Amino acid sequence: MGTAIEVKGLRKSFKGTEVLKSVDFEVKRGQIFTLLGSNGAGKTTIVKILTTLLKQDGGTAAVNGFDVASKPDQVRKSISLTGQFAAVDEILTGRENLIMIAKLRHLANPRQVADSLLMRFGLTDAADRKPSTYSGGMRRRLDIALSLVGNPPIIFLDEPTTGLDPEARIEVWKIVQELANGGTTIFLTTQYLEEAEQLADRIAILHEGRIIAGGTLEELKKLFPPAEVEYVEKQPTLEEIFLAIVGTKGEK
Amino acid sequence: MESTKNYFFSDMGVMLGRSMRHVFRSMDTIITVCITPIAMMLLFVYVFGGAIQTDTDNYVNYLLPGILLIAIASGIAYTAYRLFMDKQRGIIERFHSMPISRSTVLWGHVLTSIVSNAISLVVIILVALIMGFRSSAGVMSWLAVAGILILFTLALTWIAALAGLSAKTVEGASAFSYPLIFLPFISSAFVPTDSMPTVVRVFAENQPVTPIVEALRALLAGQPVGHDIWVALAWCLGIWIVAYLFAMRAFKR
Repeated sequence: MGTAIEVKGLRKSFKGTEVLKSVDFEVKRGQIFTLLGSNGAGKTTIVKILTTLLKQDGGTAAVNGFDVASKPDQVRKSISLTGQFAAVDEILTGRENLIMIAKLRHLANPRQVADSLLMRFGLTDAADRKPSTYSGGMRRRLDIALSLVGNPPIIFLDEPTTGLDPEARIEVWKIVQELANGGTTIFLTTQYLEEAEQLADRIAILHEGRIIAGGTLEELKKLFPPAEVEYVEKQPTLEEIFLAIVGTKGEK
Repeated sequence: MESTKNYFFSDMGVMLGRSMRHVFRSMDTIITVCITPIAMMLLFVYVFGGAIQTDTDNYVNYLLPGILLIAIASGIAYTAYRLFMDKQRGIIERFHSMPISRSTVLWGHVLTSIVSNAISLVVIILVALIMGFRSSAGVMSWLAVAGILILFTLALTWIAALAGLSAKTVEGASAFSYPLIFLPFISSAFVPTDSMPTVVRVFAENQPVTPIVEALRALLAGQPVGHDIWVALAWCLGIWIVAYLFAMRAFKR
């Protein structure tokens, strides 16, 4: 298994505040790698550096084998970014959004690419409407679909489920899992522990500018004292109740 | 590096197509940009015009250049708005993380501004013709008029780009255009500067709108343009270069 992302001693300051002190981690190909951290921990800063939107102050970062600072064009060819807010064009329809990105990725048949992604993400019926008429989950799906145009091998998802309702969140999880099964490397940031637990092959915890712990969920669990067995009556969580009542209601 | 350069024009085409769709799908922008200057033209010609003393007997001829500049000044505000929204919604970041030539993200908006402003100027000139505007200008003079108007649009569009990229709120992104819309009023666009008090007159005669208006008026009347055209061009180029440098700095940040 090769290395998809390699980060060594990454540093970044904003106006004298050191956000990243020295960040090191490695992501193997085909993995779902989750960067866990509280708000303001610097997760987005790392994503921006890795996606060539921001230059680091020190250290190195390589994506798909290309150095982000010296070979940004090669990096951009290897990745796509789904940012914190669904970056879709509000005036264009869903289909036009996809065709636009396919043209910008210089694909041979943008229309076909758009149609198959619309189908895959259950957006065919909504294809000719503007995203302003979509639900939060549909917007997110379109947003992720835009990132898949041209099948980049590495995908960055910056807090993809923030602000989504539980159903939409589970939908996004399913998409991410499918992508990973197809061999795509996923770099995911989240502030939800549950999300990391659900998805990640490997988890890194970013705290005060450094990765303070990293590994598989099992490895992380071993860092703590063994679990004690206790008998507790398990109440359903509100989320479970909500999902049970709403059931398998399809997307309109 | 090479591959992104090869695609410069195709990427540019996609960007232009995208923001032209934005223009045509919000008809209110074109209407606002056309209706306000036309209303102003009607007001000045049929209400105030009788009381205004100019040395031409056809006040529409006198007024039109200033109206065109006002139309451009209000039209470019939408470029600032569109750029601001792109920045706000993360669209610029999405484009920037893709293998496309980066400058097309900005130039797409700039070209759109030129095309959409040109459309509204044509509409305004047609209305002026109905109101009695007549020009003895030849083809070369009309080309010169078009050139100055395009240059003026470019200069102002880059100011708009700077505003759109550095604004913190939507209001901020368009507020910058109000002084630009107001500038023609304190110039020779509506009345000759002779009647103004000294302080105002000095300002009016030395701000960019007056030489641009004078140059356009002379060209449209088929008269010699004198040195006004050079002052006008210098202003347009100067504003363009300064605004361009600042906007690019804001863009690269």
